Amino acid sequence: MSQGLEHSLTSWSGQALKHQASWIDAIDARVRVVCSGLFALVVVLSSHFVPTLVGLLAAFILVKSSKLNIKRTLRRVIAMDLFMLTLICVLPFTTPGDAMFSVFGFDASWQGLAHALLITIKANAVLLVLFSLVATMSASTLGHALAHLKVPDKLVHLMLFMVRYLDVISQEYKKMRRAMQARAFVLRTNQHTWKSIGYLFGMLLIRSVERAERISGAMKCRGFCGRYYLNDDMKMRRVDAIFGFAFFCFLILLIGLNIDDLFKSTAD
Amino acid sequence: MHIVDGALSVPVLVSGAVLAVVGVFIGLKKMDYDHLPLVGVLASVFFIASYIHLPLGFSSVHLIMNGLLGIILGWVAFPALLVALLLQVIFFGFGGLLVLGVNTVNIALPAVIIYYLCYKGIRHESAKVAAIWGAIGGAGAIIITSVMVAFSLALSGESFVLAAKAVLPAHIPIMIVEGFVSYAAVYLIHTVKPEFITKEKS
Repeated sequence: MSQGLEHSLTSWSGQALKHQASWIDAIDARVRVVCSGLFALVVVLSSHFVPTLVGLLAAFILVKSSKLNIKRTLRRVIAMDLFMLTLICVLPFTTPGDAMFSVFGFDASWQGLAHALLITIKANAVLLVLFSLVATMSASTLGHALAHLKVPDKLVHLMLFMVRYLDVISQEYKKMRRAMQARAFVLRTNQHTWKSIGYLFGMLLIRSVERAERISGAMKCRGFCGRYYLNDDMKMRRVDAIFGFAFFCFLILLIGLNIDDLFKSTAD
Repeated sequence: MHIVDGALSVPVLVSGAVLAVVGVFIGLKKMDYDHLPLVGVLASVFFIASYIHLPLGFSSVHLIMNGLLGIILGWVAFPALLVALLLQVIFFGFGGLLVLGVNTVNIALPAVIIYYLCYKGIRHESAKVAAIWGAIGGAGAIIITSVMVAFSLALSGESFVLAAKAVLPAHIPIMIVEGFVSYAAVYLIHTVKPEFITKEKS
């Protein structure tokens, strides 16, 4: 993947995707997590174009109404679509079916193209819904929502810890990289580069382990006794119920579209 | 490396999810709250490793380092990688939600296998020998991962067989780079802070 499309993972410290306040922010985090999970399930398991396209349309509407920064959102999706492009190029040739055209004696089939497009639509729809419903909350809110949804405590705490220390460790990494750059180190394709990066990585590991020991000591000093408390209580309100119900109805519609198509194909 | 949503067939998705749940369960059993800071910090280190891009000819590859993670964390690699992949899907759009199980198993299971394979070798008193085992672990984890990715594609349908065959050669350069980088990393750790590797961790 080209460097230009990369978004800066290096400066992420668990904050939500950049967006303006919208009505989606007011909805309960648990409802948003559950809704997007069910959406992914329904869309990925659909086998026809109509329901997946309706799903993609709904995803666009959600992105629009969550007031995400469109440019940034597209940049993320395009990074994935570049990968899909290779799939679209390969699948028509490997799927047997009616010939569309042929290159050097290899036949490209319509079925293969349809399959590749279907996968692309599904993957895009799921990602857009995730961005608009889940990524618009901060990672710690997501953690708390997961904890209230009965995800194992340890897993949630691991996530909260990771979100906190990603930023710290990446600062450490950047500091070491800058020190290397100050000594005129340039990344190339040779053994020297690999050795230096290996040393960098090893040093990063050692420093982080020492940091973990300090964190652990500081936590014990403040009376950490093996568990955490989630101090926000999430309450379902009327907006949440309405949104959840509307979303649920929409998913039923998607499932219905699938069955409808199924009847048609058996009738043929 | 990341398989996207919609590509794999339902049986592959389900079996991946089941395996991932089992792995995460074992990992969580082996991790107590005392290790939480250590595991959290190490998981972030590996998250950051995945955005170190090394130039390779005209293109570039990014490190995965699941072999080294496995050597250090053992079964705990499962929950650590699950959380890392989940964050990458939601906030960066790498991979997909329903294939999370398959992706986790594809990266975390090789890590656990490497943990058992290199357990002895990595604790050798000579830094050179330990580092060679580290290189074997780093390169080996990539081989197992790419074989597993190829299988999960090939099992999902005839039309993916070609893509599955392409996965293996595509990973050879990454394997070589990862081997060298792991060698250097283990060598450094062994010289600077040997107790980090030799110390027993549950």
